[in-house]
Amino acid sequence: MSIDHRLPAEYEELRRTVEQFAHDVVAPKIGDFYERHEFPYEIVREMGRMGLFGLPFPESYGGMGGDYFALCLALEELARVDSSVAITLEAGVSLGAMPIFRFGTEEQKREWLPRLCAGELLGAFGLTEPECGSDAGGTRTTARLDEATNEWVINGTKCFITNSGTDITGLVTVTAVTGRKEDGRPEISAIIVPSGTPGFTVAAPYSKVGWNASDTRELSFADVRVPAANLVGERGRGYAQFLRILDEGRIAIAALGTGLAQGCVDESVEYAKTRQAFGKPIGANQAIQFKLADMEMRAHTSRLAWRDAAARLISGEPFKKEAALAKLYSSESAVTNAREATQIHGGYGFMNEYPVARFWRDSKILEIGEGTSEVQRMLIARELGVTA
Amino acid sequence: MSLRIVVCVKYVPDATGDRHFAEDLTTDRDAVDGLLSELDEYAVEQALQIADAADDAEITVLTVGPEDAKDALRKALSMGADKGVHVEDDDLHGTDVVGTSLVLAKAVEHVGYDLVLCGMASTDGTMGVLPAILAERLGVPQVTLLSEVAVADGTVTGRRDGDAASEQLQAQLPAVVSVTDQSGEARYPSFKGIMAAKKKPVESLDLSDLGIDADEVGLGGAWTKVEDAAKRPERTAGTIVKDEGEGGKQLAEFLVSQKFI
Ligand SMILES: Cc1cc2nc3c(=O)[nH]c(=O)nc-3n(C[C@H](O)[C@H](O)[C@H](O)COP(=O)(O)OP(=O)(O)OC[C@H]3O[C@@H](n4cnc5c(N)ncnc54)[C@H](O)[C@@H]3O)c2cc1C
Ligand SMILES: Cc1cc2nc3c(=O)[nH]c(=O)nc-3n(C[C@H](O)[C@H](O)[C@H](O)COP(=O)(O)OP(=O)(O)OC[C@H]3O[C@@H](n4cnc5c(N)ncnc54)[C@H](O)[C@@H]3O)c2cc1C
Repeated sequence: MSIDHRLPAEYEELRRTVEQFAHDVVAPKIGDFYERHEFPYEIVREMGRMGLFGLPFPESYGGMGGDYFALCLALEELARVDSSVAITLEAGVSLGAMPIFRFGTEEQKREWLPRLCAGELLGAFGLTEPECGSDAGGTRTTARLDEATNEWVINGTKCFITNSGTDITGLVTVTAVTGRKEDGRPEISAIIVPSGTPGFTVAAPYSKVGWNASDTRELSFADVRVPAANLVGERGRGYAQFLRILDEGRIAIAALGTGLAQGCVDESVEYAKTRQAFGKPIGANQAIQFKLADMEMRAHTSRLAWRDAAARLISGEPFKKEAALAKLYSSESAVTNAREATQIHGGYGFMNEYPVARFWRDSKILEIGEGTSEVQRMLIARELGVTA
Repeated sequence: MSLRIVVCVKYVPDATGDRHFAEDLTTDRDAVDGLLSELDEYAVEQALQIADAADDAEITVLTVGPEDAKDALRKALSMGADKGVHVEDDDLHGTDVVGTSLVLAKAVEHVGYDLVLCGMASTDGTMGVLPAILAERLGVPQVTLLSEVAVADGTVTGRRDGDAASEQLQAQLPAVVSVTDQSGEARYPSFKGIMAAKKKPVESLDLSDLGIDADEVGLGGAWTKVEDAAKRPERTAGTIVKDEGEGGKQLAEFLVSQKFI
């Protein structure tokens, strides 16, 4: 018997292809987009052309016939070079297209998935609101069914929504309270709002600390009317659905964090070999060597963690705890590695033109988005059977 | 009838690897990882575009090279080519361009073709003459170094950009065409393409399948022989010209001595 830790040949080939793409196409250009806080349409178009947005979806909907593991491999390789393009892919696929694929009707899938898979359109997922993020059940946005016209009438505000205001954004799936349950708790549902629907306004992009070549905006809904058929999945199942979407998304964020952590190692090893101080390369000092060894350890362990969670997901096994572990560990590793990489680069590490400066600015959000580190710890403790 | 395109692709040692000669002064191809010659990716891309534009076309990718050369075929198949042909034989060791072109010509004829596409040069040998010799052997027109190429009604047309002028060329099929690195960036394989490539057929041939005698190829059949090879000298620190009034003159003298001006 052999227990194989290696990737199957096709997955390894995909990984290498995306690695090369990131190196040849993303790396030379992304710094300028980032500096200008500009969405990199030309890079995203190329990503679409090579099928990255269709990775986990079947060919019948225009996908690549791969799976979530394949998506995560691509995310890790992109994030090794840049997180803005990686989060654009992550949010577009795992938050934008996935709810429609998992819970949508056949009509919704036919209408949206082919263009989302091709990267011609981007999808977004609006859950977070100004008054509620971690406590996503506290959604205040409402959607009332107008029986006369058979339309949802949506009112409310969403904040920090990725991919929501680009020229190619096609839709935002929003969560909204659609009524009360028998026990008095709010009934939450998910509804597709196409871009350009009257009453749906997208604010100017936020000024962010990092992810500066990714699109993040506040959305407001004032009597926005969409057909009743835009409901995604069952009415009142919105909460359970997005929990599933977030569970998966954590694995994707873990892969992204792994990429960032590895990118820090890549840059720092090179730098440690070439930068001279006191007549020798800085890498000749044990203090630097140990930093590099610890950074590599974190990147490697993060990778094992997301791959374990993703392997469970695609084989249909429970993966909630493993996903939370992977997300928590890899995001904290990314932050630590980025801090150490910047330190190893000295003053140059504080200059925006160096990739490690970008890594540093991009790392912190990983401990916040798609469930904060505190939320991950709560989930893991709950899985261990320890609750309040 | 279906347009039959054969793309010649070479498996070359990774230029970023540590390349060496073996004892007989041939490239030690086992010692470094190899890959599909980047310049041949342009030929594959043009084949895919020509096939897309045609009603019906079939692309065969052909390589002469060691066992691992199959990787070059795999890459081309995952980009979208339909099938592969791999010519391998122990007696090929040491074959030069004359022998390689013979093997390729026989293999192209074995497959059947309307259009043969090549890269502008391999990234290891870089002679850039193979397409011309191949066309001679096949007895068909050659249209080399195109940066734009199209096929319609049994004719291939294209543009060759020279230093002085751009030429518009055309030839009747069957023909041999080589394309430059200006012909359009090669696509990245998609995951669907990578998965599909696994199931695409690759035919393996040896010299006897092609009716070639061992002494027509190999080191023995080669018209050229490497007598001696030396490592390139280490890079030196360079010359520093200190400007003490004569700087400009010294700089010019240096450039003249190096035959730059
Ligand atoms: C760049 C960016 C992109 C984003 N993209 C999207 C998107 O596409 N879609 C989307 O819906 N959202 C998105 N978000 C929102 C993100 O998911 C939320 O910011 C995140 O979930 C945290 O919510 P919050 O900001 O409301 O923080 P809060 O929930 O207010 O948390 C504040 C702090 O309190 C802690 N805390 C809260 N509750 C507890 C508790 N019970 N125990 C211990 N500590 C607790 C938190 O861990 C955190 O440290 C994005 C955010 C950013 C910054
Ligand atoms: C196993 C092996 C052993 C060799 N040993 C020797 C040796 O000992 N001495 C020596 O001088 N050379 C040797 N060669 C190199 C061989 O001679 C060259 O492939 C040949 O000379 C072509 O020259 P080039 O690479 O400069 O091609 P170019 O003329 O630069 O290539 C132009 C185009 O021709 C096509 N092409 C070239 N080579 C191949 C190929 N092998 N398969 C498919 N398409 C091809 C490609 O489309 C390429 O872009 C060996 C090659 C192989 C595969």
